[in-house]
Amino acid sequence: MTPGSSAEKPAGTASAGPGNSFVWTRRHLLGLEDLSAEELLYIFRTAENLQEISTRSVKKAPALRGRVMVNLFFEDSTRTRMSFTLAAQRLAADVLDFSAARSSVTKGESLRDTVRNIEAMGVDTFIIRHPAAGAPHAVAQYSRCCVINAGDGQHEHPTQGLIDIFTIRERKGRIEGLNVVIVGDIAHSRVARSNFWGLTRLGARVTFVGPTTLVPRAFERLGARISHDLDEALKDADVVNMLRIQRERMTSQEFPSTEEYVRLFGLTRERLARAKPDILVMHPGPINRGVELASDVADGPNSSILRQVSNGLAIRMAVLFLVNQANSQDGAGPPG
Amino acid sequence: MRKPDILIRGGRIIDPACGRDAVGDVLLAGGKVARIGEGLPAGDAEVVDAAGCIVCPGLIDIHVHLREPGDETEETIASGSAAAVAGGFTSVACMPNTRPALDDETGIEFVYQQAARGALCHVFPVGAVTKGREGRELAEIGQMVRAGAVAFSDDGRGVENTAVMFKALQYAAMFDKPVLQHCEDPHIAGGGVMNSGVTAVRLGLPGASPIAEELMIQRDLTLVRELGARYHVCHISTARGVELVRRAKADGLPVTTEVCPHHLLLTEEACGTYDTNYKMSPPLRSRADVEACLQGVVDGTIDCLVTDHAPHGLQEKELEFLDAPFGIIGLECALPLYVKALIEPGLMDWPGMLKRLTVSPARVLSLAKGTLAEGADADVTIIDPQARWTIDVRRFRSKSRNCPYDGWKVTGRAVMTIVSGQVRYRLEGW
Repeated sequence: MTPGSSAEKPAGTASAGPGNSFVWTRRHLLGLEDLSAEELLYIFRTAENLQEISTRSVKKAPALRGRVMVNLFFEDSTRTRMSFTLAAQRLAADVLDFSAARSSVTKGESLRDTVRNIEAMGVDTFIIRHPAAGAPHAVAQYSRCCVINAGDGQHEHPTQGLIDIFTIRERKGRIEGLNVVIVGDIAHSRVARSNFWGLTRLGARVTFVGPTTLVPRAFERLGARISHDLDEALKDADVVNMLRIQRERMTSQEFPSTEEYVRLFGLTRERLARAKPDILVMHPGPINRGVELASDVADGPNSSILRQVSNGLAIRMAVLFLVNQANSQDGAGPPG
Repeated sequence: MRKPDILIRGGRIIDPACGRDAVGDVLLAGGKVARIGEGLPAGDAEVVDAAGCIVCPGLIDIHVHLREPGDETEETIASGSAAAVAGGFTSVACMPNTRPALDDETGIEFVYQQAARGALCHVFPVGAVTKGREGRELAEIGQMVRAGAVAFSDDGRGVENTAVMFKALQYAAMFDKPVLQHCEDPHIAGGGVMNSGVTAVRLGLPGASPIAEELMIQRDLTLVRELGARYHVCHISTARGVELVRRAKADGLPVTTEVCPHHLLLTEEACGTYDTNYKMSPPLRSRADVEACLQGVVDGTIDCLVTDHAPHGLQEKELEFLDAPFGIIGLECALPLYVKALIEPGLMDWPGMLKRLTVSPARVLSLAKGTLAEGADADVTIIDPQARWTIDVRRFRSKSRNCPYDGWKVTGRAVMTIVSGQVRYRLEGW
């Protein structure tokens, strides 16, 4: 053991193209930082193949029949949970829900005990949403189940990142060379981080835009561009992803007022009119209409917001399918 | 009952207090150092063959947490002192952030009573600066001094209110006692759980800026300049903090400081796997900060090497990084870690390093210890500087296991620890 070194999986782009020989081996999806370009593209191909299921009149395929997925949610998120539940059901898996306020868990049962208890019932996959960064990583270390990070604190939200990138690719036909502008509270955003890693890995250029108080300069050292002028950043943008601005950031004095935020960083029709005509407008939801995003922009022709939601299903089906397949190849679970 | 005499024969005697570094014999009698010389006659004394070993004044750690009263499942004065002697320490100063805080005469007396009942080394209590360590009203510093408090600190947090800190320094100076400050501006640190920087941004963890340390040191130095009161910076961790202390010393201010092994060996990247054994306050910093701390030890800006031994139960350290408590234990592995940080890279020699573990910390707390001069207390540590061993937390005498060095291969080890003329620790096979 050496001090100060954290062992990282090799992350660079794979030398071979995404050929048919590729084999998915991860039984967890904890973040996009570690994923290679090949792995990202493999998830997208799998999602494309699975999209067809949702067009059938009987929207089910038996790929995960007999498998049990557990939504382990320590933070409210009705939409993410619904999306994972529906994705699991389309693959014929059984779904359990566990939700707890974090305070009661901290005081009572530890995360480890919760996981061990549920695991003892014979489940296969934990889908974890937790307010503390790193919580799914801890579970992955001591559980024999698959672990999917459904958002951990301010760290990552890998499936949302995949959804956004998949949607961009679908609309633009590529990722490489695109200018993607992500606007808002970058410091506290797991969506921003997951988008950043995945987009950068696939060759896009990412610019973070927001007030200095919410955009850590350290991102520059990781390869992002930083701007505090939305109009300037939009000039050569192919995609603009607007993050939800949390009201509590105002009480902590990270910007003086919502009005000022809207004036400086809100995406209005006037602003959009000066951008490229085919700019793609995204938002991971839920939207604060009239704050980060004007209503007419959210519902306008450039918006891909609802497409993001429907793609969410295919991406989550793909991820559930791949990690479970990897786990059964390890011999840790029953064959599919 | 008269304690048996001990003759430590043929070791390399290093006593930085009087500049001694020579092979010879040390005779301990009546709990004191009786004679130093060559070829001393054994007489009735038990003879310890220290050939190839270093014989030095007992090591002193002026920054430990012994958790008693309040958290005896994590550590007690007895278990913490057992860990201390196993690491070669004969004296420790324990911080007052217990439950309740050591903020009055009774608390200080309690530590001495518990130490008398079961401690294997000397335990010197540090009293709280303010009542309940709440930073508002001065604690009964004078009465704690009479009960034996050696210094004052609200460690775990700094005294945030400038007026309160001004009065604390002014008042403690009446008794010629130093204030030991945990330097961290809480508003700027802002709930950070690791150093702010690229790694924190990657991990999505709130960062504590190094300027939180710098700001409080800077403010306190202004007060010290005005008052001339003794002031000690606890567990320094930043390059700018070290530079501030260096300049204050050059200006002749009565300022001292200390550093922990982890701020000499580890950087913020170690937090990359969310392992809570790398969560401490102050947090692990950048490589540049580590280099500056090492330089500070070498040039004497940093007076003392300490552990900030901070025991926590497994169930607490198993919490998420965001929620787990700060701190790691260090008494039983500190010595070889200092060796790894300072001696192995050739930054220092043994006398220089041992100075910062003996006479320097004794001076900071005005303890009549830290030397092997004839007539001094017979607190002696015998060190095998060549001993290679693997740190194994399961074998620790501490009640806690929160230590990131488990499994490290290290060199240098205390093989015998003598406190007031009595052998309190002897390494197996020795």
